[in-house]
Amino acid sequence: MTALPDRTERRLGLVIDLDTCVGCHACVVACKGWNDQGYGAPLSDQDPQGGAPQGTFLNRVHSYEVVPERGPAQHVHFPKSCLHCEDAPCVTVCPTGASYKRVEDGIVLVEEDACIGCGLCAWACPYGARELDLAAGVMKKCTLCVDRIYNEALPEEDRVPACVRTCPAEARHFGDLSDPESEVSQLVAARGGIDLMPEQGTRPVNKYLPPRARDGWGEETDVLAPFLAPVAEEPQGFLGWLDRTLGRL
Amino acid sequence: MSDQPTIDLSPRISDELRQTTCYMCACRCGINVHLKDGRVTYIEGNRAHPINRGVLCAKGAAGIKQVMSPARLRAPLRRVGPRGSGEFEEISWEEALETAVSWLKPLRETAPEKLAFFTGRDQSQSFTGWWAQQFGTPNYAAHGGFCSVNMAAAGIYTLGGSFWEFGTPDWEQAKLLLLFGVAEDHDSNPIKLGLARLKARGARIVGVNPIRSGYNAIADDWVGITPGTDGLFILSLVHELLRAGKIDLDFLARFTNAPVLLDCDPRSETHGLFLRDAEGRPLVIDRRSGKPAPWDGEGVEPDLRGRLRRAGVTHRAVMFELAERYLDPAYAPEKVAERCGISADQIRRVAAELARAAFDAPVVLERPWTDFRGKAHRTMPGRPVAVHAMRGISAHANGFQTCRALHLLQSLLGAVETPGSFRFKPPYPKPAESHPRPHFQATPGAPLDGPALGYPQGPEDLALHEDGSAARIDKAFTWENPLSPHGLMHMVISNAAAGDPYRIDTLFLYMANMAWNSSMNTRGTMEMLTAQDSDGEYIIPRIIYSDAYSSEMVAYADLILPDTTYLERHDCISLLDRPISEPDAAADAIRWPVIAPDRDVRPFQSVLLDLGARLGLPGMTEADGSARYADYADYITNHERKPGIGPLAGWRMGPHGLTHGRGEPNAAQIDSYIGNGGFFTAHIPPEAAYYKPWNRAYQDWAVGFGLADKPQPYLIQLWCEPLRRFQLAAEGQGPVQPPEHLRGRIRATLDPLPIWYAPLSDAVEDPAELPVHALTQRPMAMYHSWGSQNAWLRQIHGQNPLYLPTYWWQKLGLKEGDWVRVTSSHGGITVPAAHMAALNPNTVWTWNAIGKRKGAWALDPDAPESTRGFLLNHLIHELLPERGDGLRWANSDPVTGQAAWFDLRVKLEKSAAPEESQPVFGALRSPIGRGTGDC
Repeated sequence: MTALPDRTERRLGLVIDLDTCVGCHACVVACKGWNDQGYGAPLSDQDPQGGAPQGTFLNRVHSYEVVPERGPAQHVHFPKSCLHCEDAPCVTVCPTGASYKRVEDGIVLVEEDACIGCGLCAWACPYGARELDLAAGVMKKCTLCVDRIYNEALPEEDRVPACVRTCPAEARHFGDLSDPESEVSQLVAARGGIDLMPEQGTRPVNKYLPPRARDGWGEETDVLAPFLAPVAEEPQGFLGWLDRTLGRL
Repeated sequence: MSDQPTIDLSPRISDELRQTTCYMCACRCGINVHLKDGRVTYIEGNRAHPINRGVLCAKGAAGIKQVMSPARLRAPLRRVGPRGSGEFEEISWEEALETAVSWLKPLRETAPEKLAFFTGRDQSQSFTGWWAQQFGTPNYAAHGGFCSVNMAAAGIYTLGGSFWEFGTPDWEQAKLLLLFGVAEDHDSNPIKLGLARLKARGARIVGVNPIRSGYNAIADDWVGITPGTDGLFILSLVHELLRAGKIDLDFLARFTNAPVLLDCDPRSETHGLFLRDAEGRPLVIDRRSGKPAPWDGEGVEPDLRGRLRRAGVTHRAVMFELAERYLDPAYAPEKVAERCGISADQIRRVAAELARAAFDAPVVLERPWTDFRGKAHRTMPGRPVAVHAMRGISAHANGFQTCRALHLLQSLLGAVETPGSFRFKPPYPKPAESHPRPHFQATPGAPLDGPALGYPQGPEDLALHEDGSAARIDKAFTWENPLSPHGLMHMVISNAAAGDPYRIDTLFLYMANMAWNSSMNTRGTMEMLTAQDSDGEYIIPRIIYSDAYSSEMVAYADLILPDTTYLERHDCISLLDRPISEPDAAADAIRWPVIAPDRDVRPFQSVLLDLGARLGLPGMTEADGSARYADYADYITNHERKPGIGPLAGWRMGPHGLTHGRGEPNAAQIDSYIGNGGFFTAHIPPEAAYYKPWNRAYQDWAVGFGLADKPQPYLIQLWCEPLRRFQLAAEGQGPVQPPEHLRGRIRATLDPLPIWYAPLSDAVEDPAELPVHALTQRPMAMYHSWGSQNAWLRQIHGQNPLYLPTYWWQKLGLKEGDWVRVTSSHGGITVPAAHMAALNPNTVWTWNAIGKRKGAWALDPDAPESTRGFLLNHLIHELLPERGDGLRWANSDPVTGQAAWFDLRVKLEKSAAPEESQPVFGALRSPIGRGTGDC
């Protein structure tokens, strides 16, 4: 019902490194803090002191366990926000044109004045990346901090999304994924960055860098063994080795 | 494109940016506080700040909700109902302060020790400790005794400095990091930044932790060790490295006491002590002459194989003891693997990986330097093995020796203060002997003759009266726990209630939630706080408490002195205390009131100064009786601990204008800090940046800057002589003798070389009956209970299940939504259960301090923190179970008194789902109700 642009001039997005994300939620709260006073309506909290506190967040961290066939179980932290898809079903489903994808950078935004809070976009998004703000009655989503990244009131180095600026593990990267020379594109190429749920055909701009292999020492036994080749089995032998070694120093 | 809405891409961010220091945890990051119309609108990290370099964690970013929290106390309070009821009336500050003075003044004039002043998450300990000293009570400490004193004390006694504030992994050059259990705020952002640096360089991270979450989740390799066995694992690594000769002999000979000569005659009065010259200097054999020489003699080349027969006594280098101890097959991987809950192969792999990182690819900086013996070195070689550990290995009854074992491992690898390893941060390194000894002789009407806390070097330094009784209420520095430099806050209420060693009058607490998550035996603690004698008088007659928030402890005090939030106050993060230094720079910082309080509250430190002046305490009072300091900012600016040395090192006044380090007070000093983003940095010259304890350039720089009065090089104390002195006493030597019932334990546990012994509770708790270890972890997005009032953070951690490993999940036949009954030798809880596969098979865990008592923190009674949240504290007692010897033994480390939280053993049963987590405590009446503020 709402058209996507044929193409965008750039594809700004996030590259999130699942190898280094420690699941600290810094990005979640920095996002909440910035956007509570940033683009559009504040991010409200219902029942904030009560039995069922529930508020609007544009970015959340989930955790999963992976139990490989061999080796111990692993734990993966998975931050998730809007992926600014090239074929964004949340835009095409919007009955009012409130949801749109910007031509100049590909950011998917909601024009809140035009949003009727019908929730179709949240239903259409396969990633669950949109949240209806219950106080404002409008749909909220990641804006890629559109009010930061071009903001001339900010120093150049701060013109990045709040989540990227704050990430203590430096697991979040921002840039133009249409430019193969950009740092983010290079990272994706080097680390085998992947789309989230590619079978959905949404062509997300954001990419995830998969965790590197864990618990790999089992395969290194031959390499490591020489480092523990004994010089002695008991104190006398050790002291003899000490004598010989010190004698050479 | 023309259809697109036009949006403002450059909105105004704020009217004003003010830079101060975060206090959402103990990490002390720099923050940019944005204000609009005088209100805080956004908080982000300060890019220029040495601690966080712009990043900020979830807690820090949520500070705005803490500052406007409905749980903030609003005015001074006087208890009107029974203690524990929460019934208070608001009073004026004048009334509050005069009430406190009317209680404290008679104590000071008659028996200053009747005031017990203990602070919790206090970042002004050099000030609060000084206040206690001026008052004259020995009963002062902060919360280190129930936190990580084992890590701190082992570091200071062994390496001359400890992890976290005083030392850090060399994130820029390490090739391998061995990371043991870490509490989130020790520290927070620097560890995450550091892990990112390691990852970016392809360095390897090994996580040793029963729980694979957080930092361990991103570790390349996970050692899912059984709690309380870390020391055994480490000593097995030591065994393997010694056996393979993978140790740094040059480092050991020059910079540790491995070559120092020991009296090896079991019949000697000085058996196990160092051979010393007439000036008391420990001796080594000089390789140049083959003769004994002082350890620090010019040009001396210490011999690791040193032996000397003198006056009929054989002396050998410490190295012999090391070899004999750790080459013992008892430490072989096969022998310890089962106990540690990991495979022998895994132990060997870690050992081999350490050897590979240390010796296959050393880091060598082309940086000439000169050591304290005058030897010139052309380069700075380093072993790129970094280690970090904190509460996980610390909070056990064998924690001190485990931390010592870790420092032994680092030292054997040459991985201390060398490039790529562990680096000190000023004011450290310092030799252990340079610290004060404990001071404890209370004199009516007079200050204590020195600081209450210190580092004993032997039995003569214990805080004992002539009759052998404990001088301190917490029994710190007694034979039960001789080296307790942080005190034992977890024993204060218990001992005061028992009148053992004596009754106190006033308990004065700051920022310590002792009636809830900061105490073992939470219910018992509440009972002790409200216990009355036969006359109906409270056994602890008066309790004063200062907190900014309506915590559970508030209800148990008689007088509440409401503190400000961290954005409404002055503070100094001082080099006299726990500063924000980095390995390449000394650094300190301030907080300043970036907003004004909107309530009738005052910063606690200013209140203490006011109280001090009203009490006429020296140092806080002028000759005419007037107050010396108007407030804490005035103290920060003008106080001098000794001539030229004040709380802040930056922008002092020298003979020719502004200077740093040593200098006169400068009235504009705080303005200079504000102008510099709230902090000060003094860089260490490159030639002084490594090998600091032994590097002449560093020692000279430290003296010039005011960190020390003279160069004080020292050796790493692999053999810890103070421990041996206590052991010798237990063997019957010397005038100061332990009580008979402690002799055996002291001999066994105060070993001068690192040892491992099973947690003390294993002697009285049947592992078959209580087969499961239970732990807590601090969530990265929540700082203890102070986070639960935070509207944003409580949406992330509003409740806490007990995580069970697959083995127990299946054994109990649990499914999602089930509850479990958890029983220890002390008590039981019934709580929600959840499954976690990445877990040691005999360990369960939960998040720390999420559970809340109803009525506290301005939360609704049906808040999930109160209905589904819970504390493990109910399962842990401050004393071990009775064992029929007529004595009650503390659940603490026998060396330091550290609370052994993580020795907890439990059994598990499936339970029917109760309505709420059990036990349930009655709701507190909150003095602020649901509060006012901006959620």
